[in-house]
This record gives sequence, C-alpha cells and structure tokens, in this order.
Amino acid sequence: MADRPMNVFDIAGRAMSAQLVRLNATASNMANAGNVTGTEKEAYRAIKPVFRSVTESPGVSTVKVESVVTTDAKPVKRHDPNHPLADANGDVFEAAVDSSAELVDMIETARMYQNNVQVIQTAKSLMLDTIRMGK
Amino acid sequence: MALEDSLFGVHGKALALRSQRLDLLASNIANASTPGYKARDIDFDAALKEATEKNDSASQAAKDTMGYRIPLQPSLDGNTVELSTEQNLFAENAVKYRTTLSFLEGRINTISRALKGE
Repeated sequence: MADRPMNVFDIAGRAMSAQLVRLNATASNMANAGNVTGTEKEAYRAIKPVFRSVTESPGVSTVKVESVVTTDAKPVKRHDPNHPLADANGDVFEAAVDSSAELVDMIETARMYQNNVQVIQTAKSLMLDTIRMGK
Repeated sequence: MALEDSLFGVHGKALALRSQRLDLLASNIANASTPGYKARDIDFDAALKEATEKNDSASQAAKDTMGYRIPLQPSLDGNTVELSTEQNLFAENAVKYRTTLSFLEGRINTISRALKGE
C-alpha cells in the first residue's frame, strides 16, 4: 500500500472505515426491510460486506472491505390479492432481510468501532507522552 | 556499546518493543471481525532478552519471538481474536509503556541535573 510503514493510526483507522461500510450495509438492509414488490426478481435482497485482512509485515495488519455482496436469501412470498402490486396469482414479495439478525450485526459493528476508537485514544496519549519526554 | 544503551540501559529497547507490541495488538483488535484471521502476539521477555543480549533491532526481536494466540474457545469462522483477551493485554501494554517512559524520564532528569551541576 503506502510508501511508509503502517502505524497504529492506519491500522485502527482503516478498521473503523471497514466497520462503517458494514454499518451502512446494515442501514440499507434495515431501510429496505418490509419493502414489497410485485415480482420475486425485483425484491430487495440483503447486502453484506466481505472483510479481508491486509498484512504489511508479520503481525502488522489491518482490514479492508474486499467487496459488498448481495446475499441469495429468498424473498418471502405473501398472498395478498388486495395489494395494488400483487401479481396474477395475488402474491407479493417481501424483501429478503432478517431484521433481528441485522440488529445484532449493528450492535456488534458499533462495539467493534468503539474498540478501535479506544485503541486510537490510548495510542495518541502514549505518543503525546513520548513527545513530552524529558521536558 | 552504543551511547543510548549506556544512557538508558534496557529501557530504550523496551520502549521500542512496547511500541511494536502496541501495533500488533491494535492489528488484532482491528481484525476482530475478519473471518479466518489468526491473532498473534510476541513473547515480550524473550524479545527483550534477544534485543539486549544479541543487540538486535526491536522489529527483528519482535519478529523472532512472534507466535499465534491459542483461543479459549475457537469460533466457527476461524477467527481467533478474543476481544476480552486482546483489550486486556492492550491496556496492560499501554500501562507498561507509560512505566518505561517514566523510567526514561527519571534517567534524563538525573543526567541533566548532573550536567547542570545543581
């Protein structure tokens, strides 16, 4: 990656960015949960980021989001003939989003983000103390 | 013996090693949700011994004494980062970094007072 060695701020900062991508994916999924469409093909499917570690030298590694994939969960078919979007059989399709799983994922993401913020705070205060050494 | 070794004794090397370990533990915490990531750590005692006895650089000593963490409970996705362990060690390492800093500061104060002849 960069032409300089990775430091603790790069490590934790990039992990925070990755967790933010994950939080955005969760927000998109939650926003679309319960969305109804007339065909199975059009129905929303949950998206998930794929994390991969980036190792610079042994033991010094951070994370990157390799891709954001659309899961192949099946949209829920619901029989509702009165719905304006219902197809010929009177069925509508609900977005394939497991909202409880998404909420659990959101809490985990928030925790991981906080952990990395804590790492940066600790590293920052240690470095400032090192700079002040001998004064 | 280099000048900084006679001035600071073991603490110069110790501070460099603590900083290396800080990066390492930060990497573990950063990868806490990466599937398949294996947490690593250095054996600090062995690393410090190597750095002082063989006069190796801190990064070389850290590389030679690095190992993989054995998880208490392996997880399904192959990730061996246990946040309780990592955060505990990170906090411990931060405190010990500070301790080494204050040893160094004491040393600097002693020498500068001797130089000023107070």
